Amino acid sequence: MQQIKLNTHISGRFNLELENLRNSVLTMGGVVEQQLCDAISALRDNNRALAEKVMLNDLMVNNMEVQIDEECTRIIAKRHPAASDLRLVLAINKATVDIERIGDDVERIAKLIVKGNLPVSEDIKNGMIATGNHVMEMLRQTLNAFARMDADAALTIHIGDQEIDEQYKQLLTQAVAEMQQDIDALPQWLDILWAMRALERVGDRCKHVCEYIIYLVKGKDVRHISRQAMQEKMQEHR
Amino acid sequence: MHMFEYFDLSRQGLDLDSLSQEQVAIDVRDLTLTFGNKRALHHINMQVPKRHVTALIGPSGCGKSTLLSCFNRLNDLVPNCVVAGEVHINGRNIYHRKEEVALLRRQVGMVFQKPNPFPMSIYENLVYGLKIQGIKDRRTLDNAVEQSLRDVALWREVKDRLFESALTLSGGQQQRLVIARAIALQPEILLLDEPTSALDPISTLTIEELITQLKEKYTVLIVTHNMQQAARVSDFTAFLHQGHLIEYSDTDRLFTRPKEQQTEEYITGRYG
Repeated sequence: MQQIKLNTHISGRFNLELENLRNSVLTMGGVVEQQLCDAISALRDNNRALAEKVMLNDLMVNNMEVQIDEECTRIIAKRHPAASDLRLVLAINKATVDIERIGDDVERIAKLIVKGNLPVSEDIKNGMIATGNHVMEMLRQTLNAFARMDADAALTIHIGDQEIDEQYKQLLTQAVAEMQQDIDALPQWLDILWAMRALERVGDRCKHVCEYIIYLVKGKDVRHISRQAMQEKMQEHR
Repeated sequence: MHMFEYFDLSRQGLDLDSLSQEQVAIDVRDLTLTFGNKRALHHINMQVPKRHVTALIGPSGCGKSTLLSCFNRLNDLVPNCVVAGEVHINGRNIYHRKEEVALLRRQVGMVFQKPNPFPMSIYENLVYGLKIQGIKDRRTLDNAVEQSLRDVALWREVKDRLFESALTLSGGQQQRLVIARAIALQPEILLLDEPTSALDPISTLTIEELITQLKEKYTVLIVTHNMQQAARVSDFTAFLHQGHLIEYSDTDRLFTRPKEQQTEEYITGRYG
């Protein structure tokens, strides 16, 4: 397998540009990770102030996406990146879309807390916090895999998303049962369902970022195929 | 897994690994070339597809121009040059001792880095080769001049000054004239050795556009230092390094997912 080396171009400026681009995605990822962490704390402690802060910070994430996009465009126009450099720019370009959307998902959870007055049982709330922690760990690992350009780790994370899907299904079943006892609170319940869905979506978006990592490192497009096919494709010789 | 194709994007469908005999313009078999005791090409094997553009890229001294000149035996003129292996064009090994070099060079035209029109009129430049072949009929010559100038998109620019000196043309026009001169002999293969490196960016684009049109009639091989140019104009790219053919594949692939680490390092600007 080829190694992805960022810092070995003859052009020192190009090295710097790619390195900065990669670092800015990791910074953006770090901000979103903190946002998710804050949103889950706010849910646990019913902390409205913290949730409001999360909603406010999402603006920053949006701006980061725009800025990284601009830099990708500039590099493509001026540097004509090829091979792994091209894949890096493309992967970053796509990953930022997903990371920004994770930001939106987190905002949705924060919104729920700001509205307040949740009719849920402790059981469901704990379930959501547990899923939230799980998703947070997945995001953390995804960003690590990106930083290390580790395709094998990306594959493992990708496969791990199944557990989150399972947790989401259980939460839904529980929620439906409670909703039926509490028809009057249906509007609030809808918000809760959206928030659960948002948590599950974070897992999906991490999965997408993992696919981009595999594309970056292996040059293989592993989207929309079964896990088995994905593993096989990764083993293939280029 | 094969995915359904929704869009007709600009891909070319030829697979280098499964070319039929009719699709091959040049078949290079185990070609090794030495100058004195220095080996310039090591066991090159490649098939150049007909009516496509194939680019040869690689650092200075890698052997790409040497390989190109093998295809019309220009290296014959270099003292101490020894060629082993075979190059087949139209089913004939052009290094066979009975091969007629003059005939070969009519089939395989060559254009160099610096435009080199003969110091005579535009018209005379174009009919020079034909006259040597013994063609004297005025109408045939006129037709050949017009057709070859049209092929290189120069007709409109020069049709009223055909009898002026070719040296009055701009650099880009001169280069197109030289390509027209090669085309006038109706070759099958055109070898272009750095055809745009002495030209300004606009003339370069004109020549590049011309190259993509030429492949409808001719097999084009181009040596270029400019990797973006190779990426823009060619269908297939061969990367050479120190006389070895490191990687040869379709250009889309070579510039997005090269197989070899050396190719990767060269096209991303890490070689050195």
